[in-house]
Amino acid sequence: MLDKVIFYFFAGLAVISAVLTVTRRNIVHSAIFLITALLATAGIFLQLRAEFLFIAQIILYVGGIMVLFIFVIMLVNLDVAVRQMQFARQKWVALLISLALAAQVGLMFWSAGKLPGQGLPVSEAVPAAQLPPNSEEVARSLFSSYLLPFEIASVLLLVAMIGAVVMAKKRT
Amino acid sequence: MQAVIQATLDFLKACWQPLLCGLVIVAVLPLIAGYIVLVERKLMADMQARLGPMRVGPHGLLQPIADAVKLLIKEDIIPQDADKLVFWLAPVLSVGAALLSLAGLAIGPAFQVAKGINIGILFVVGVSAMGIYGIVLGGWASNSHYSLMGALRSSAQLVSYETAAGLALVTGLLFAGTLNITSIVEAQYDQGIWFGLLAPVAFFTYLVASIAETNRAPFDLPEAESELVAGYMTEYSGFRWALYFLGEYTNMIVVASVATTLFLGGWLRPFPRTHWLDFLDFLPALFMIVVGAYCVVRVPKQPAKVQSLFMLAVAGLCFAVALVLLAPVVLPMFQRSLAPVVKPFYDGILGSFWFLLKVSAYIYFFMWLRFTIPRYRFDQLMRLGWHFLIPLSIINVLVIGIAMIVGSYLHLAGGWLLLTTIPASVIALIVALFILSIEQKSAPPEQGRAASDSYAG
Repeated sequence: MLDKVIFYFFAGLAVISAVLTVTRRNIVHSAIFLITALLATAGIFLQLRAEFLFIAQIILYVGGIMVLFIFVIMLVNLDVAVRQMQFARQKWVALLISLALAAQVGLMFWSAGKLPGQGLPVSEAVPAAQLPPNSEEVARSLFSSYLLPFEIASVLLLVAMIGAVVMAKKRT
Repeated sequence: MQAVIQATLDFLKACWQPLLCGLVIVAVLPLIAGYIVLVERKLMADMQARLGPMRVGPHGLLQPIADAVKLLIKEDIIPQDADKLVFWLAPVLSVGAALLSLAGLAIGPAFQVAKGINIGILFVVGVSAMGIYGIVLGGWASNSHYSLMGALRSSAQLVSYETAAGLALVTGLLFAGTLNITSIVEAQYDQGIWFGLLAPVAFFTYLVASIAETNRAPFDLPEAESELVAGYMTEYSGFRWALYFLGEYTNMIVVASVATTLFLGGWLRPFPRTHWLDFLDFLPALFMIVVGAYCVVRVPKQPAKVQSLFMLAVAGLCFAVALVLLAPVVLPMFQRSLAPVVKPFYDGILGSFWFLLKVSAYIYFFMWLRFTIPRYRFDQLMRLGWHFLIPLSIINVLVIGIAMIVGSYLHLAGGWLLLTTIPASVIALIVALFILSIEQKSAPPEQGRAASDSYAG
């Protein structure tokens, strides 16, 4: 019961603030609602007993990336941006893509009702107190079963970082 | 209706302890912050051969309360073109994040709001980092150039120094092997040594980075009064300004607590496993008695009757607290059966005493630094962060990790690990200084740098 209330609270918050993110005219307000959406997603992670993902979401997205977003927003000239066209004229493409997405989601709901027990294996629910410690489990699976993807992702990030440094250095 | 009441009662029965702890923190913290400000002013006065606040109460002891009342009843001004909602939200965010991060900290073995959370120290660091939105949004919403400049500087500073602080924490966590705050302190008990001694370079990095993160002098550029009036809080007044102040001082307590937990042994007393030092357990009571006696001695020197009465009251309070502190030791002497009942209570009080003592020492160091070192220039601050502290902390994580592996091959444990970690720390320091000297040789002349830095102020 409590779990459901918490889930719907955070899910509703995430959806509403995501909508507000794209509809607000003021770009700083949009950023604030994006932060709210990210925090609500973190709340859903917490409700699912994934503490590590919860805090990773907060540290990386809310504490890191969004701070840089706001930093950049404040550095660029806002007055010019407001006078420019705010939305690109790609209505028809956007409509097509969102219809396709809606069809996919609808298909998923329909097929989920038709074929019970298909898809991902669902294990028995375990009381929260008996769950294994979350961050240790994440670390174990990252460094054992998913070592290669983990290393590839870190190399990718390193390449991006070096690329950014090279581009920044070019000026002199 | 019945079900709702029943559910509420069940919830209260299950969660009364964290709720009580949270209530105590929220209620007491503003008072503590106010008295930290008083201590800071007194200390500054002492270092500058002045007396400091002396008017309100004996030796200005009631000054924080008078200040709080003044701030509460001041007129609340919002600039005309300010973004009202964000202007209102920003100080709340600043205080909220700081208070929420206190929930993860353990003040003593029993006093912790979120008990035994698995992500412990990450929760504290992550949530307190969100306080930056209070600063940035407040600076932006004020619609003032000084505020915006202060906010930009602050976010640049925080982003730069958070990396160094995070890597320093990683080094400490290597020894602990867990994120849980209770387990970190217990690991220091088991190994018999503070992690700050095992990884002195990491402790130093965290110390510098935490000063920069809390916007304290010598890194208080976001509010450099000679350049930016008061930085991001230029347009704030009255209660909102007080909220910012509360957030700032709470943040100081948070970083000091994180450093204490990870590097200075948390709530353990010095040498917790050396039994001939057990008399240290009486130190809190002794401390209270000494303070009370000092107050009694000073009574005849007070200029007014009210002030001497106040002094006597403070002395009486100190003696009462000392009695309460001694009770768990004295009571079991008369009645043996009481011993197991009062033991956790006694441990809790002792633990909080040592924890708060270490936190106070850390904050004292902050203040000392503030009155000793002049303010950095913004490009100097950035160079210190990116060219020295971040390389130093990255290299330190690497070499400390290698030192731990070498130590495990040599079967070193506890204090003997110092044999490998100290040389490793020295190597890290030398390499970082070498990198810094290369950077300085290749860097363009000083004037060119300062001019090209657009937000140097």
